[in-house]
Amino acid sequence: MTERLVVIGNGMAGARTVEEILARDGDFTVTMFGDEPYGNYNRIMLSNLLAGVETEDGIFLNDLAWYADNGITLHAGTKIERIDRFAKVVYATDGTATPYDKLIIATGSSAWVPPIKGINNPHRGYHQGVFAFRTLDDTRGMIRYARDHERAVVIGGGLLGLEAARGLQNHVSHVTLLHAMGHLMNTQLDEKAGAMLRDSVENKLGIDVIVNAMTSEILGKDRVTGVKLGDGTVIDCDVVVVAAGIRPNTQVAANSDLTVERGIVVDDHMRAEGEEDIYVVGECAQHRGSLYGLVAPLWDQAKVLADHITGRDLTAAYHGSKLSTKLKVAGIDVASMGLKEPETDDDEVIVYNEPRKGVYKQIIIRDGILVGATLVGDNRKAAGLIQAFDRGTPLPDERAELLFDIGGPAGEITPEEMPDDAQVCNCNGVSKGAICGVVSDGCKTVGGVMEKTRAGKGCGTCKPLVQRIVEWAAGGEVEEDPAASWYVPGVPMPKPELMAAIRKYELKSVSSVFMKLVPGGEHDAKSKMGLASLLKMMWADEYVDERDARFINDRVHGNIQRDGTFSVVPQMKGGVTTPAQLRRIAEVAEKHQVPMVKLTGGQRIDLLGIPKEKLPEIWADLDMPSGYAYAKSFRTVKTCVGSDFCRFGVGDSTALGIALEERYQGLEGPGKMKLAVTGCPRNCAEAYVKDLGVVAIDGGKWEIYVGGAAGAHIRKGDLLTTVETAEEVIRLTGRFLQYYRENANWLERTYTFVPRIGVDRIREIVVDDADGIAAALDAAVEEAVQAYKDPWKERAEPATPGQFRTSLPLIVLPQVPVRS
Amino acid sequence: MTVSVFKILGPVSDIPLGEGRSYTVDGHMIAVFRLRDGSLRAVDAVCPHKGGPLADGQIDNKVVVCPLHLNAWNLATGCSQSGQPPLAVYPVRVDGDQIVLGD
Ligand code: SRM
Ligand SMILES: Cc1cc2nc3c(=O)[nH]c(=O)nc-3n(C[C@H](O)[C@H](O)[C@H](O)COP(=O)(O)OP(=O)(O)OC[C@H]3O[C@@H](n4cnc5c(N)ncnc54)[C@H](O)[C@@H]3O)c2cc1C
Ligand code: SF4
Ligand code: FES
Repeated sequence: MTERLVVIGNGMAGARTVEEILARDGDFTVTMFGDEPYGNYNRIMLSNLLAGVETEDGIFLNDLAWYADNGITLHAGTKIERIDRFAKVVYATDGTATPYDKLIIATGSSAWVPPIKGINNPHRGYHQGVFAFRTLDDTRGMIRYARDHERAVVIGGGLLGLEAARGLQNHVSHVTLLHAMGHLMNTQLDEKAGAMLRDSVENKLGIDVIVNAMTSEILGKDRVTGVKLGDGTVIDCDVVVVAAGIRPNTQVAANSDLTVERGIVVDDHMRAEGEEDIYVVGECAQHRGSLYGLVAPLWDQAKVLADHITGRDLTAAYHGSKLSTKLKVAGIDVASMGLKEPETDDDEVIVYNEPRKGVYKQIIIRDGILVGATLVGDNRKAAGLIQAFDRGTPLPDERAELLFDIGGPAGEITPEEMPDDAQVCNCNGVSKGAICGVVSDGCKTVGGVMEKTRAGKGCGTCKPLVQRIVEWAAGGEVEEDPAASWYVPGVPMPKPELMAAIRKYELKSVSSVFMKLVPGGEHDAKSKMGLASLLKMMWADEYVDERDARFINDRVHGNIQRDGTFSVVPQMKGGVTTPAQLRRIAEVAEKHQVPMVKLTGGQRIDLLGIPKEKLPEIWADLDMPSGYAYAKSFRTVKTCVGSDFCRFGVGDSTALGIALEERYQGLEGPGKMKLAVTGCPRNCAEAYVKDLGVVAIDGGKWEIYVGGAAGAHIRKGDLLTTVETAEEVIRLTGRFLQYYRENANWLERTYTFVPRIGVDRIREIVVDDADGIAAALDAAVEEAVQAYKDPWKERAEPATPGQFRTSLPLIVLPQVPVRS
Repeated sequence: MTVSVFKILGPVSDIPLGEGRSYTVDGHMIAVFRLRDGSLRAVDAVCPHKGGPLADGQIDNKVVVCPLHLNAWNLATGCSQSGQPPLAVYPVRVDGDQIVLGD
């Protein structure tokens, strides 16, 4: 039966909650009351409106048409005075009564104005020239008045006060910021960071700052002429803006006998304490003793409320939110999250301080988890830190990576500095403007934007920039992408849960995973390849191979090229070949008029531009095993000449490279595995930058490095261990690769995986066997090694009808040039 | 575009479940897919993005993903999910064990 839902408060939390309820197909007739005479606008953007970088039209989130389209009755400009909880009716100040079945209170907060002498005019409310900073009307009034005046004073040096001061500079020639405490933003920053911020605000922005400033009086009879401080100082001004804090609007609730402490007390379902049918959301709600003054927690609350009120999930519970903030003042970067100072002696504190540039960075880590961070003067690492803070993800061993982009491009520019047509994704040609367009059309998750524009879907290096642009374009309203933690986008589970479920239900084919683990059994094309790889790793011989789950490369064992032909890269272990092998390759290339023969960066030979239907014949003529240059699998082991020929060689790198490739050939995994063995630390085979690199050192020993990269991302591998024998290298290689196969996310190369887990932890598991799983890893990789079959043997009998039939259109396509 | 004549393209068993194959019809390349629910879909064989062979793409019961740059199109409507031009779709059905193009 359709119930009547009444919402008191038409601000950010109220309107968002209604959106969440609509998204869950809640069966309600909705009536909303808002004290302000508008639809719902983005209050956060009032700072930008004041600063002149945003227009009024631009800040509306739900205009009046939205209410009409969704069948919502909006009483804008109507204030609710009282609730009759027993009769289930709300009364407005205009005398009307509205009955409800369910009620949501989302009355937000009001500006708190300290009792300063002269701040109020006995007849008109505020003294003329004095403004609060909370609503659109406040902001309009301030702009209108400030335009014709010269000097402004802002009372309050928190986030809001700083944004107000910066915004006012757009309208008056001189701004002074007064702060009652000893340093700016004292809720979020420690003293040092606060002092650094003050320097920037004064020197870069030209705003005067006075701390420890107790305002005692507003001067001026008809109009403001100045403010007086406790120590007698007088500051001349004609505009005063009060940004001294907020107080939750609890009057309606208190009038109606709901439990009110500092805010309206709610349970974990966001219901007013002891009430079945009254919910509370937003800044007016007090949950487990906490009140929130930022929007991110409100979004979390709105989801829980919507799940519960619609009956979608009666167990949905809100557990509180972690807070992070960024200052929205162009040119002054401040971000803060969690603790501002360490609390115990065991807290690990990392500080970087460069006063000349106004840069201060501090992170606080407890038990390996980020519990606090402050960034002043350089926000570039904010996005990653906020994510690590929110999710409690493990941190890189190299703590400096948290504070700086090591090896990344230097001097990144901020999204607002970029022109609209700046190319962000250099693989797929996506501009900043295109990304912003998708965001303004309502897509507010980073993953969603990437999906819609394909930005960041090439080599992936621009992903952090895409994320920053989405965050900037969404104005702090980025939504967390639940899919970010899933192994593949179409099955809602992270890898460990997914593997547990696959084991529990004995799911051995990709379609059975969709059927059992996806609500509604929906298949997803983009998830098939990742699932196929995972199932094959888990079930080896028992895996039920559905060919459609494979990407085309894995169906025909070659790499598809821009014109739909394929490449053929035969195995050439360790990069070592023979005259006979070379002769055969040459003959095949000539016989089939192969358009290009090329040496690859992986030390073997590539035959490019082979039509699909010719693959079996060419494989037969070559009669060499596949080099796996196409799959997410073990690829190559590059080697250098080593001790047999090189005058510096201290180990037989070619022999070891060949042995490694022979053993682990074709091993599939969540990402490519590229190895190298080099005969001395001169590193001619580039072993320091491989997924696993082996370096011979004097004394007959071998160093093993893991997690290196020199592709889209450059990283020197971490030293895993040093061993005495080649056999030991081969064994530890298998164990490491198996640990990676079982634990890495889909498409996560070792250069992300190793720092994510930490090389010390990997060493514990793989070398020291601290977890007692080494034998199991060895056995699992041995099973996979035994299951190896050369896929090019499929040439004799196609695995499916038309496996090698052309899909090439007969019309003109971009053709690969033929080189002679 | 609609195809006015009926064309029998061959036995359904030519297309493995969940895969696609290309056919030439009146000089036109058409990719036919056999969904895992058993039904058929037919669209242009040439990717409107940069000419990729769509019959080599991966599918589910809704979309085909081009193998070259992984743009996706709805198989029933031909609409792109990632801002690409749309694909032409054709009526196709199973008759007995044969694939029939046309209404
Ligand atoms: C053929 C080759 C270039 C060459 O002519 O030398 C090549 C060709 C391709 N590389 Fe590569 N890579 C080749 C060596 C490398 C190397 C050097 C190496 O292996 O020592 C690297 C850096 C090491 C690394 O992998 O990090 C390299 C880093 C990449 C990357 C970036 C991976 C990353 O995460 O950083 C990609 C994109 C990807 O994997 O998503 C890529 C992807 C590709 C693909 C497969 C693109 C694609 O998906 O179609 C190219 C296939 C072209 C074609 O039409 O066949 N290729 N590629 C090399 C084959 C080596 C081999 O014998 O197996
Ligand atoms: C200038 C400024 C900048 C900000 N910047 C940020 C930022 O960068 N990041 C961030 O996270 N947060 C920021 N905030 C805070 C953020 O705007 C608030 O946390 C958010 O708006 C709270 O939402 P709410 O719905 O609880 O309250 P509100 O948005 O205030 O909505 C409550 C609504 O209820 C109405 N109402 C109250 N009582 C009644 C009644 N009795 N009857 C009918 N209607 C009533 C009010 O008029 C109001 O419209 C900023 C705030 C301001 C003012
Ligand atoms: S071979 Fe590698 S670097 Fe060259 S164009 Fe292809 S993906 Fe890019
Ligand atoms: S050619 Fe199909 S997506 Fe690029």
